[in-house]
Amino acid sequence: MARLVVLGGGVAGHTTATFAAKWLGSQHEVVVVTPNAKWNWIPSNIWVGVGQMTKEEVTFDLAPVYAKAGITYHQAKAVSINPEGAESSDKPFVTIEYTSADKAGETETIEYDYLVNATGPKLNFGATPGLGEGSQLGEHTVSVCTADHAVHASEKLNEAIEKMKAGTRQKFLIGTGHGMCTCQGAAFEYIFNIEHELRKAGVRDMADMKWISNESFLGDFGMGGLHMKVGGYVVSSKLFAESLFAERGVDWLIGAHTSKVENGKVEYELLDGSTGEEEFDFAMLIPPFAGVGLKAYNKAGEDITDTVFAPNGFMKVDADYTPKPYAEWKASDWPRTYQNPTYKNMFAAGIAFAPPHIISKPMKSPNGTPINPTPPRTGMPSGIIGKAVAHSVCDLMTKGDSAHLHEASMAEMGAACVASAGKGVFDGTAAAMTVYPVVPDFEKYPGTGRDTDYTFGEIGLAGHWIKHILHYLFIYKAKLNPGWTLIPE
Amino acid sequence: MSEKKLVEEEVNFQKSDAFNLTMIPGAFARKMRTCVIWQFIRFLIINIKMIIVVGKSH
Repeated sequence: MARLVVLGGGVAGHTTATFAAKWLGSQHEVVVVTPNAKWNWIPSNIWVGVGQMTKEEVTFDLAPVYAKAGITYHQAKAVSINPEGAESSDKPFVTIEYTSADKAGETETIEYDYLVNATGPKLNFGATPGLGEGSQLGEHTVSVCTADHAVHASEKLNEAIEKMKAGTRQKFLIGTGHGMCTCQGAAFEYIFNIEHELRKAGVRDMADMKWISNESFLGDFGMGGLHMKVGGYVVSSKLFAESLFAERGVDWLIGAHTSKVENGKVEYELLDGSTGEEEFDFAMLIPPFAGVGLKAYNKAGEDITDTVFAPNGFMKVDADYTPKPYAEWKASDWPRTYQNPTYKNMFAAGIAFAPPHIISKPMKSPNGTPINPTPPRTGMPSGIIGKAVAHSVCDLMTKGDSAHLHEASMAEMGAACVASAGKGVFDGTAAAMTVYPVVPDFEKYPGTGRDTDYTFGEIGLAGHWIKHILHYLFIYKAKLNPGWTLIPE
Repeated sequence: MSEKKLVEEEVNFQKSDAFNLTMIPGAFARKMRTCVIWQFIRFLIINIKMIIVVGKSH
């Protein structure tokens, strides 16, 4: 019997572990190590953040699901990896630290035959002074990155609405809290859901709303923007996004690195090198992501973290990490199998793998401050990568080391994305988009880098219905209810 | 002197230079966004498009 250890229980980790458990059966063991007791459908945190869903509606307990699947579950965080084992044994192992109430702080080692790192990101609030400490949210802003954060955000939003009803104008500032953030889509959804709720509450005219983002143009979304066919034209997502902002009366500040957050005020630096301040009464600023800080040690106990992980803390995989200028970036730089090049029994999936470079055009201010979105690796790509990695590991375990590895390059896969712009069965709207491929391939698709037959977007009630249905569909799937494998990632 | 007609969807153009240089949907386009019959048709079409993209990605 061989053992697969999966670090992380988010979209990528959960997908890897559950498919591996199904395909391997009782012949092999699947172990999940995740610090969370609950699984969270993160896209719906937006609706928790505006009081339209409860925390309970977007989360469920992991333990009974893993028990049903025959997966060994440790509520713990991974601390380090010893891919060569220790002096006493060649067997590789991970060191974990429990986070569950009954064993909090206790450490343990778990040996593995195969390891999948799907730890997701560290929410690096500490990267911006005043935004928070380490991975902890600070006191000046709110967040929708976790269900608990979203509950807190909803409470603060309600307070702001009450102030407006009492006659006090409120300034809302939503966007990114650092020049190297990703996940602009979540902030995009949140600002328009707030705007929608303010209209419903009858206080929209008492609110000033502003978007602040590290994108060099609206609609970049960390993918360098996209082009889609609309009304016989092929148009940039810039026009698409600017139109929505103008229609809804939301001002924007782009190319901005938020350099400091204080009570009711942020300081920022722009791509042209100028600096400024923006005041707010309510702010939701997405933090930058980093690796979770896993360490790696060789057989002699020497630190080999730099060998296994990129400087940003994400795990190296089969990408081309050779530094090269933007003009020389290629789709083939992106990983296909997500296998670690040094230790072939280790893989990384979802946000945990180190991308070869960003997707958007790299930008710096004259002061040398990098201000550009980092690549998104969430949602559908995470699930597809997690499933491909599960396939590869299962084949390696059952067919031997020569088994063919399955591939899922982000430069060859598309993504469907539904960005809510307001919740309501009859008055809700969402931007329903597909992009193909996620990473543009200018050799295959000269011009836009993508296939415009499969890259489209439109705003409407239909998009909201789709997002709402996906909420129930993906939670149903994650709970491993009957027929769960039929629902695509 | 007759008063100019207020066209609701055009008011935002004057709110900032940035708003003025983009496009804003008119009343018909906005109405269709929440027209249940039209959106049900769009729902079917978008789903088909998404299923094709999902199918090409696995």
